[in-house]
Amino acid sequence: MVHQYKNNGYNIVLDVNSGAVHVVDDVVYDALPLFEDHTQSEIESCLRGKYPLEEIREAVTEISQLKEAEALFTPDEYEGYIEEFTNRPTVVKALCLHIAHDCNLACRYCFAQEGEYHGKRELMSFETGKAALDFLIANSGNRRNLEVDFFGGEPTLNFQVVKDLTAYGREQEKLHNKKFRFTLTTNGVLLNEDIMEFANREMSNVVLSIDGRKEVNDKMRPFPNGTGSYDLIVPKFLELAGKRNQENYYVRGTYTHHNLDFSKDVLHLADLGFRQISVEPVVAPPEADYAIQEDDLPALYEQYDLLAKEMVSRQKSGNGFTFFHFMIDLEGGPCVAKRLSGCGSGTEYLAVTPWGDLYPCHQFVGNERFLMGNVRDGVTNTKIRDEFKGCSVYTKEKCRNCFARFYCSGGCAANSYNFHGNIQDAYDIGCALQKKRIECAIMIKAALADCDSF
Amino acid sequence: MKHIKTLNTKKLQNTVKKGGCGECQTSCCTVGNQTCEHSK
Repeated sequence: MVHQYKNNGYNIVLDVNSGAVHVVDDVVYDALPLFEDHTQSEIESCLRGKYPLEEIREAVTEISQLKEAEALFTPDEYEGYIEEFTNRPTVVKALCLHIAHDCNLACRYCFAQEGEYHGKRELMSFETGKAALDFLIANSGNRRNLEVDFFGGEPTLNFQVVKDLTAYGREQEKLHNKKFRFTLTTNGVLLNEDIMEFANREMSNVVLSIDGRKEVNDKMRPFPNGTGSYDLIVPKFLELAGKRNQENYYVRGTYTHHNLDFSKDVLHLADLGFRQISVEPVVAPPEADYAIQEDDLPALYEQYDLLAKEMVSRQKSGNGFTFFHFMIDLEGGPCVAKRLSGCGSGTEYLAVTPWGDLYPCHQFVGNERFLMGNVRDGVTNTKIRDEFKGCSVYTKEKCRNCFARFYCSGGCAANSYNFHGNIQDAYDIGCALQKKRIECAIMIKAALADCDSF
Repeated sequence: MKHIKTLNTKKLQNTVKKGGCGECQTSCCTVGNQTCEHSK
């Protein structure tokens, strides 16, 4: 399968099953769609009015050479392999600890509904957190690298427990030959010197929530009394990012129907001095006034194109920044098994509520149908685990023939469930935007590789 | 090549035999940018 498209003046060709990416001239671009089901003479007669015969022949020869080298028209031979892979015994390697089902902001789009997750306000006790880490160690098999996300709600509302659990994890990793990778997600309201120092010492990654321009952020991320959070959090986030040497963090925003010109928010964050940026589409019920609608897609495509071009320009002038959704590793990315089996929610990755219940991921917390067990008794509802384990791009009709499947892994199970009532479908607006972002990300690689002329 | 410039040399099909160790980070990194020491 070959996916070809034009972006920013480049003719780009992705050989889906090998991952090879080519930048081609016009004659190859026009010959490629004919190559598999036309003879050489048919291709020549189709293109002769447009290109010199010699060029058509050269193009066909080069396409043939790349096919021979398994870098074009590579067959998909992974389906049986992935079926076997998804049937393997799995271990748990990551937990999302809901340290606090409480929050000091009242963000309008929050899936956790002011941190409460459709339930009650509650903080995780040290004892419950300790039981969660014990559960993770006991269920991780031979896996050495383990991950624990301190999440909420707002985890800094219960920061002593974060500190105590980190210390407990550091003790236990020595005893069990494990290595914990801790992360923290915060809205920044309570950030102070003490929390920053601790986060910079112990957290492998920190996610700092901010939506971009002041008016955009404050419309969607107010305090419960309606005042905005921008002026309070920006200086703190800049200080934290600076102390982390502009590495191993993200400022992470959400764009909505109300700021379809979101590239301005990304560039605003870059102009403030942040170098690791993610601004992502809201996922919301279609009836919400801020929900992304299908009619918004053309404007959003244009925004991604604008952003990609600006990023190329800034990168070339030595002022580049990272945009999470344009990050793509064309040389050293993960294996096919990882790419096609997805994020591991419900199997390798679980979320833990403040009282110790287990869910497939943080997005499912509060939906009793997905309650899997608890940290003391383990996974007792193995049916849910098996349902998630059986997911791969080949079990999803929308994904199995999609060009993006090796870079998307079948999308988000929670989004699929929320829009279609099952985890084997895909959220269509999310799919459309994901495909556009992959195309832009590859274009950036082409532009920075100086593929400007033939 | 005169008409084609290839940006990368990685071939996904070469990761089938060496892949699947599971020591990589959980993704939501995304799968697209994740780096794996084992499958290079």
